[in-house]
Formats: sequence, structure tokens, C-alpha cells
Amino acid sequence: MARRNPIRWHIAVFLAPAVLVYTAIMIIPLFATLDLALYTRVERVVRFAGLDNFRTLFLDPRWSASFWNALANNTWFFVVHMLVQNPIGVGLAALLSSPRLRMAAFYRTAIFIPTILSFVIVGFVWKLMLSPIWGIAPGMLDLVGLKSLFAPWLGREEYALTTLALISVWQFVGIPMMLIYAALLTIPDEVIEAAEMDGITGMSQFWKIKLPLILPSIGIISILTFVGNFNAFDLIYVAQGALAGPNYATDILGTFLYRTFFGFQLQLGDPHMGAAIATAMFGIILVGVCIYLFAIQTRLRRYQF
Amino acid sequence: MKRTTLRNLLLTSTLLAGSAAMAQDVTLTIESWRNDDLTIWQDKIIPAFEAANPGIKVVFAPSAPAEYNAVLNSKLDAGSAGDLITCRPFDASLELFNKGQLANLTDLPGMANFSAVARSGWSTDDGAKTFCVPMASVIHGFIYNKDAFAALGIEVPATEAEFFAALDKIKADGTYIPMAMGTNDQWEAATMGYNNIGPNYWKGEEGRLALIAGSQKLSDEGWVAPYRQLAKWKDYLGDGFEAQTYPDSQNLFTLGRAAIYPAGSWEISGFRAQAEFEMGAFPPPVQATGDTCYISDHTDIGIGLNAASANGEAGKTFLNWVASPEFASLYANALPGFFPLSNEAVTLDDPLAQEFVSWRGKCQSSIRSTYQILSRGTPNLENETWNASAAVIKGTETPEAAGARLQEGLASWYEPQK
Repeated sequence: MARRNPIRWHIAVFLAPAVLVYTAIMIIPLFATLDLALYTRVERVVRFAGLDNFRTLFLDPRWSASFWNALANNTWFFVVHMLVQNPIGVGLAALLSSPRLRMAAFYRTAIFIPTILSFVIVGFVWKLMLSPIWGIAPGMLDLVGLKSLFAPWLGREEYALTTLALISVWQFVGIPMMLIYAALLTIPDEVIEAAEMDGITGMSQFWKIKLPLILPSIGIISILTFVGNFNAFDLIYVAQGALAGPNYATDILGTFLYRTFFGFQLQLGDPHMGAAIATAMFGIILVGVCIYLFAIQTRLRRYQF
Repeated sequence: MKRTTLRNLLLTSTLLAGSAAMAQDVTLTIESWRNDDLTIWQDKIIPAFEAANPGIKVVFAPSAPAEYNAVLNSKLDAGSAGDLITCRPFDASLELFNKGQLANLTDLPGMANFSAVARSGWSTDDGAKTFCVPMASVIHGFIYNKDAFAALGIEVPATEAEFFAALDKIKADGTYIPMAMGTNDQWEAATMGYNNIGPNYWKGEEGRLALIAGSQKLSDEGWVAPYRQLAKWKDYLGDGFEAQTYPDSQNLFTLGRAAIYPAGSWEISGFRAQAEFEMGAFPPPVQATGDTCYISDHTDIGIGLNAASANGEAGKTFLNWVASPEFASLYANALPGFFPLSNEAVTLDDPLAQEFVSWRGKCQSSIRSTYQILSRGTPNLENETWNASAAVIKGTETPEAAGARLQEGLASWYEPQK
């Protein structure tokens, strides 16, 4: 009888590539960032500062004002996505899954295409469209006699962030649409037929039968939106620059981090304060994801077909 | 046939390589971010120097502007940088000098050709040591559409009152947008707005140095008054200026849709290529007729000597030549809008550039107020000035509130202002 090898090497061998790659490109940089945040540079000498950078970030009136402004803007950015992007995505998916809709494949593709465009293109094209000088937005509003509604939205503090959030919604509405569409397709015909037998059709069929069945997918989309929005940077940077004007009205955590870490114009970069902001962002996203995983996902009911 | 061409080519290259190696020539390499200027250096500047100084060869080796600082720093650390270093103004180069990577050029004879203001971009904070030869500056003012002014019968304004009267007239006529500027990118409001007209109010160097010394505050009248002027600009900018970007403004002006453009002289060559009408320029208007005028004549490019260079003597010869009027005239005519900083008056062929540079004769020169020393801390004064200038033009912040806010920010980290 052959003796079994007590150490199962093959497990380690098979795990190794993934673990090594993940450690090298994710775990080490993550901890290096956390570590960087604990130091400070005084007169060209780097010294250990403990939690001083975080104290500055949260308690110094200037730093904290910038930080809370960025966090509040970021929260609004997220709220707009949750209230506009995801409901529209669900609605579009419901329409697309309707068997009576013709050219469904065309609509699906057309709505999904902006998602694969680069932020640079999206930011630039929208900026041009909304430009008060060359843009088509004022002209089109003029055609329907609503020129008075036009404002230089990207230049006004009160509208700029919402405008950018809606541009981002336009770009990414395809993602929730596709995920929900896929979820809707997995609902077995038997369930729908049983509902029809019980006289539940049309809108009430969507609300009472389909929506509960796709709730887990909506949960996943919410958490993807949350992580994506709190890591957002590109669109704001492309459209408004690193100073996130007007008057920091569109400053989100990503642009705040960029300015601090890499510096801007005459402002020299401060990697240590930048790392502190990055750590704070990591913490915010971690807390959000944990709330979802432990408080929401565990309560979602799943149905086995 | 083909083979002969190839052989000729090979032969030529050997000859070229051979001639460089054979002679006892010293070869100087220049590090620079001005890759746009490569042909000007190769065709005009370097031949002129080599003709006057046999035995010294010069190679201009630029890198991309955005990468320059990083590339230069790593080359200097590794000891592979060229002999001559093109210097960014203020803190970036000061850092190199403090690290001992740029040589002290205070005793270079040619330095006598430059004023203290011209040297300030490349001097230690106390002005005692200078480490780069000032090469070029950019001057602020207003460029205007001569055809528009002629059609509307407007004289070139010299005072504040005339300036706003001209703007009113252009606005009333309605053919042209009175002034092409937007606040979307923010920096124009500060650079072409606040720092353009400001020196007339804070009296140029006097005010700027007093601010650094701590004897004036940003909330003082001299520093708030320019904001009051900017607040009035709002009515003369185009529709939707809040979302108008820098290229938008340039296009509005060069397409002939706007009459006045708050400018920096670096626009000259670009505007020459684009605009099809006659352009003129006037300096920032003074408060009353007869007041001394002040202009922002901002130091932008300098050139220094790598402290580790083996060809220090030849390098100094070259730098001395850069400090000479001959170089000044060559450089300024090759690049209209970048003006030599030496005290010698230069004559430029481009009338618009000549107009800009002629203000040096009648006005006092100063540099942008936020560049020296004052933008080292957090909050960064330069960034805050962008923000405040844009806010004042839009009318979302009063001039007084903007001055008070900037002062509070500066005082929070800058000792002399505490």
C-alpha cells in the first residue's frame, strides 16, 4: 500500500501563481501606501510621524474642509448614480427583456457602447456639446424655444457636479442594464407562467415576481456603483482639471488625492499626505463594502429554481 | 548605384564621427524642455556661438516638457546629465542648487547685464547667490483687434476709465464680444487677470517684496483693488464665460469675434499664425493719467551649469555668451513673445512683440506675485489665487472676501505674515 504524502504540495503549487501575482500587484502596494501615510518629510529628511498626517487631514481646519468637501461631493456623485443610473438601468433591462420589443439587440448595443468609450472622449465630447460658444446644446434648446433654460452648466458651482454625475450616468447606464437583463433572462418561464395563471400580469408581474427575483443583482450593482464612484477621478479630471473647478465644486476624493500626491502647478507633491488620503478612501470603501456584505447581503433571500 | 549611395553615407558618417573625435574640441550638451525650439538652436543660435568660439561644440538635447523635471532629476542623480541645464524658475531650480547640482554663477561677468528682478527667478531667497543665467521672460498685457478698434473709433486705452469706456462702447455696438476670457480653467483669471493688471495697484516689486517681507497683507488695498477691477470684467465677457475654456478664448479672439484679449506675450506666434486681422497691444491701464505703470515681466527660462560638469570653463564661456546682447537679439527674434531679460534694449522684427517689449522702457517690471517663496506651503497661494480670481470675476465672492481669505491662508503657514 502506497504511503500518502502528508504534505499536499500540489495545493501550494497551484495557488502560488495567483497568490504571487496578487501579492505583488495588490497587497504589497496597499500596505506600502498605508506605511507611507505614517511618515512625513521635514527639510528633506523623512521621519516617522505616526498618525500625525491623519490628525492634520481630519482636524486641521483647512485640510479637513477640503476633505469633507470632497467627501460630500463624492457622496452626492454616488447618490445621483444610485437614484438615476440604477433605476434607469433596471427600467431599460425590463423593456429589453420584453418579448414584444423589436430590434432589442440594436438598443442593447447602442446603450452599452458609451461604456466602452474612454473617459477622455466622453469628457471632451460632452464639454464640447455643452459649450456655450460652440456647443450644440444652446442651439438645440433654441430650436424648441427653451434657450432661456440654457446655462453654462459646467461653469456654475451649483450645477457642475450634478452635470458631471449625469454625464457619468449616461456613460455607465449600460452596465446595470446588462447585469439586470442577464438576471431577468434567468427567471424560468415556469415562474412567469404560474404568475400568469394566478392573474398577475403586466406591471404588477414586474413588481411582485421579477423584482424580488433580481434583488441580489441590484445589490451587486449598488456595491459596484459605490466602489466605482468613490474611486472616480478620470471624468472630473478630464472635464474640469485637477483643481476641480468651479471653486472646488466638483472636487471628489480622487482629484483631491491627485492634487495632494502629485502636486499641481506651483504646489509640490506631498506623497505622505497623499497616502493618508488614499488610506482614508480605502477605509471609506472598506466600511461601505462591509456594511453591504454583513448587513444587507445576508438578509437578501435567494430562490433556487 | 544603391551600393554607392550606401557607401557614401557610411563614409560621411565616419568622417563626421572622426572629425569630432580628432579635434581637441570640447563638446557641451544642453538639457532643455524646449523641444519646440530645436531647429532654432541648431540653425541659428549654436552656429553663431561656434563661429565666435572655435574649439567649443554645442549640442542641444531637449526632452519632452512634461517629463523634463523628472528626467533631469534622475540624470543629475545618476551623473549623466549634460553640462548646461535649462532652468525652470524658482523652487524647482533652487532645489537643484541647494542639492549642489547647479553651480554658483554669481561671479559670472555676464551677470552684470541683468537686473535683480530678472535674476530673482534663479537666486537664493536673499538674492545673494544666482545659479542660472536668465534667458527669457513673458510679458502680460492686452492684445486687441486693430480692425475692430478702427471700425468702432476707439482709441487705445491708457487709463482705467478709458479702458472701461472702450469696453462699454464695444458692448453697446454688439458686433464683438468686448473681452475674450473664461473662468472654466481658472488660471487665466489669475495669470492673465489678477497678475496682469495687479502690479499697477501693488506697485510692482515694491508691493511684491513687501508681501514677502510681511509688511503688506493680501487684504490691503493694493492687493484687493485688482480684484475690484476683475469684478467689473464680468459684464464684458462672452455669454457663458463660466464654462469657456482657454482654447475657446484663443479661438474667439483669433476668429475675430472678440475685440480684446487679456494676454501673455507667449500667444504672439500662435496668434500670428491664426488671426487674419491686424493686432495691437496695450499695457495694463493705470488708475489715472501720468501714474507710473507697472508690468508683469515674468521670468520663465534660465540656463545654468551642471556642478558636476567636466567642461566647466567652456560652459562658463557659453553662459557668458548667453548673457550677451548678441544672444538676446538672436533669441528674441527667433521666438517672438519670449523676451530676453538683459538690460540692453533689443529691437524685434515682430511689431507686436516689439510693442510688448517697448513697455520695459516706460514701465517698471515685476514678476508674478505668487511665484517666489509664497507658494511653498499649504494652502498653496498660487492655486488659491486661481480660485479666488475666478470666483471674483463670476461674482460669487466679493473682492474683500477674496483678499481676506487669501491672507488668512498665507498667514496660516508663512512666518513673516503671522
